[in-house]
Amino acid sequence: MAEKVPMTALSPTMEEGTIISWNKKEGDTVAAGDVLCEVETDKTSVEYESSQEGTLLRIIVGVDGSASVGQTIAIIGEKDEDLSGILSEVEAEGSASAGPVKEEPAPSAPEAPASPAPRESSESGETKNEETKAAPLPPKEDSPGGSRIKASPLAVKLAAERNINLSLVKGTGTGGRIIQRDIEEFRGVPGGAGAVGGTVTGGAGGSAVPADQEIPVTGKRAVIAKRLSESMYTAPHYYLTTSVVMEKVVEARKLLNESASGKVSLNAFFIRFVAEAIKRHPGINATWRGETILQHGSIDIGLAVDAGNGLITPVVRNCGNRGVRDIETDLVDLIEKARTGKLKPEEYSDATFTISNLGSFGVEEFTAIINPPGSAILALGAGKPTPVVRGDGSIGAATVMKMTLSCDHRVIDGAAGGRFLRELQLLMEEPARLLF
Amino acid sequence: MPEIQMREAIRQAMDEEMERDENVFLLGEEVGQYNGAYKVSKGLLDKYGERRVKDTPIAELGFTGLAVGAATVGLRPIVEWMTFNFALLALDQVVNNAAKMRHMSGGQMKVPIVFRGANGPAEYLSSQHSQALQSYFVHVPGLKVIAPSTPYDAKGLLKTAIRDDNPVVMMESEMTYGLTGEVPEEEYLIPFGKADIKRKGKDVTLISYSKPVHMVLRAAERLAEMGIEAEVVDLRSLRPLDEETIYASVRKTNRAVIVDESWPMASVGSHVAWLVSRNCFDDLDAPVELVSSEDVPMPYNHTLELAVQPTVEKIVDAVKRVTYKE
Repeated sequence: MAEKVPMTALSPTMEEGTIISWNKKEGDTVAAGDVLCEVETDKTSVEYESSQEGTLLRIIVGVDGSASVGQTIAIIGEKDEDLSGILSEVEAEGSASAGPVKEEPAPSAPEAPASPAPRESSESGETKNEETKAAPLPPKEDSPGGSRIKASPLAVKLAAERNINLSLVKGTGTGGRIIQRDIEEFRGVPGGAGAVGGTVTGGAGGSAVPADQEIPVTGKRAVIAKRLSESMYTAPHYYLTTSVVMEKVVEARKLLNESASGKVSLNAFFIRFVAEAIKRHPGINATWRGETILQHGSIDIGLAVDAGNGLITPVVRNCGNRGVRDIETDLVDLIEKARTGKLKPEEYSDATFTISNLGSFGVEEFTAIINPPGSAILALGAGKPTPVVRGDGSIGAATVMKMTLSCDHRVIDGAAGGRFLRELQLLMEEPARLLF
Repeated sequence: MPEIQMREAIRQAMDEEMERDENVFLLGEEVGQYNGAYKVSKGLLDKYGERRVKDTPIAELGFTGLAVGAATVGLRPIVEWMTFNFALLALDQVVNNAAKMRHMSGGQMKVPIVFRGANGPAEYLSSQHSQALQSYFVHVPGLKVIAPSTPYDAKGLLKTAIRDDNPVVMMESEMTYGLTGEVPEEEYLIPFGKADIKRKGKDVTLISYSKPVHMVLRAAERLAEMGIEAEVVDLRSLRPLDEETIYASVRKTNRAVIVDESWPMASVGSHVAWLVSRNCFDDLDAPVELVSSEDVPMPYNHTLELAVQPTVEKIVDAVKRVTYKE
């Protein structure tokens, strides 16, 4: 009996996935646990392991095609099975994909749309409700006027093919309906492949002005936008800045790197110091939950990493009792995975505290947006030679780094934030304090 | 290729089939001695005699019932109704007997019969004699319904109808009996369920059948002057209906206007409009338009008589709406 293979939620926040590659081809035998395909989720790329067995009879969503969670991406069953019934069900699901999808000829006789078959719950245990599963509807977002966007079905289809956001298109049809002509004449924002071309020529000189580009907000970018906006709009942020004389940290690192094979990064040291400061001020390591504040036992520190296609924060778990070398081992592995898009959801979710380091770009200081569910984030600037007054009153040059702590005032009051930052500063300036 | 009138094309079809199969016979009001109210059966009485060309009393229910009975026992009658307005009397025989016998007898009985005659408004005939009644027949499973617009289509479809073992209703038009068109001398048949593209175009699909096809073609010429290339789909066969040709055209042009001279409610036109909306939804750039007769009994006043029917202007206006050219 042929079964539909649904897209499943491969990350906690995934609503849609894009097929990067198919590891099985039509006609291949599939055992439970075999990797069917590789899927790019909102955060990373994940191998889709089959929970079903049989022969891969039909690939519905091809490479570069995307499917929302619950939507059918393939059909598995027995060789030479008649697929007409199941294919018409799949057809009735609608095709959510903007990417290439294998097309089946439409059934010639008019028939009532088959109701989507009940879905089996996916291996990850996470299934989405009917709304997210349904085929994409014509957009319902509000237009500037506040009413629903009206567009002809053809215009909706063309806009999807060309990655055009309908809310940017002015409708010239009856009652402001967006029609084919409006999509074809829309030249504001050509996007990626398949986008409407359009060169706007300039004024007197006649030199060409590069056309605007519209980049679709999908997957990871959408998640970053949503989560950070939520954080910024809901968590009352305040910021505390201090300077750290870095000499002792640099010295300690030098000592370690001389004594052992393999270099340990400064970031591992920062994580170590932050973990220690958190142990001493555990109120920092907490999550606002409305009715309660959850103070976490494990100190899980995320490090913001530029993965090329957007920010991701791999998390080093349980840093409270770990040395820098141990932390570094984790970091090297995680950063490599982050850059190649191989992080698993459990490797980038639920940091209780986050560090963002823009020192390598020469940034002196900055304020960061808190990364939920944490309640604080530490922004590190570049270490810079600076004149300092030493304890004995003498003046000299030292490498000084500025760091800014962003706190959620609902969880961490200013004094608590200040005490934590002071602790951190003292630890970094005098690593021997780790001992007492 | 000879150009002949529609009435001659229909006559040829009957003549050829009567010659081919002696079970085929014609009956109806004035089909014999008078050579047909519209001269469609001219010469057939002389050629085949009174046994096979029967003049009937003015009693549609009676002679239609007689023909249905004859068909069930093996003959192949052609019933000429002078017009479909009068055929309403015979509807019981058509709907309850002709359309049902094969089904109710589990296939033991066949009803190879053709009902044909003039349908739709002509001119100056007022409410009771100007009706386009195709919905009454198309509605009924068990019947096949054809409605040709040209002599060529009429002859090829009627010959197929006479050879069909099921009841077939052919709807003609008084206004087109004198219309001429090319008809080959050699024999040909046109299968049911095949629409014909009467004009190629890319900007809008005009779907029609029977007499209005000619008005639609005139509208297409007017539209061409405005820079709109209309594709004209002549359904020819209403049941079975050639959905694939309709959809292929609409998927190309993204717009559909249906022109049907019957009333708008529960009509062939409204059904096709639903099919297109249902099956070409994602390809439509505008709602499907239906140009029908107005929802009133036919006025006798000639100006009003013309005004309530589809016109070239109404078709052009509908095309402007679906192409957003207003």
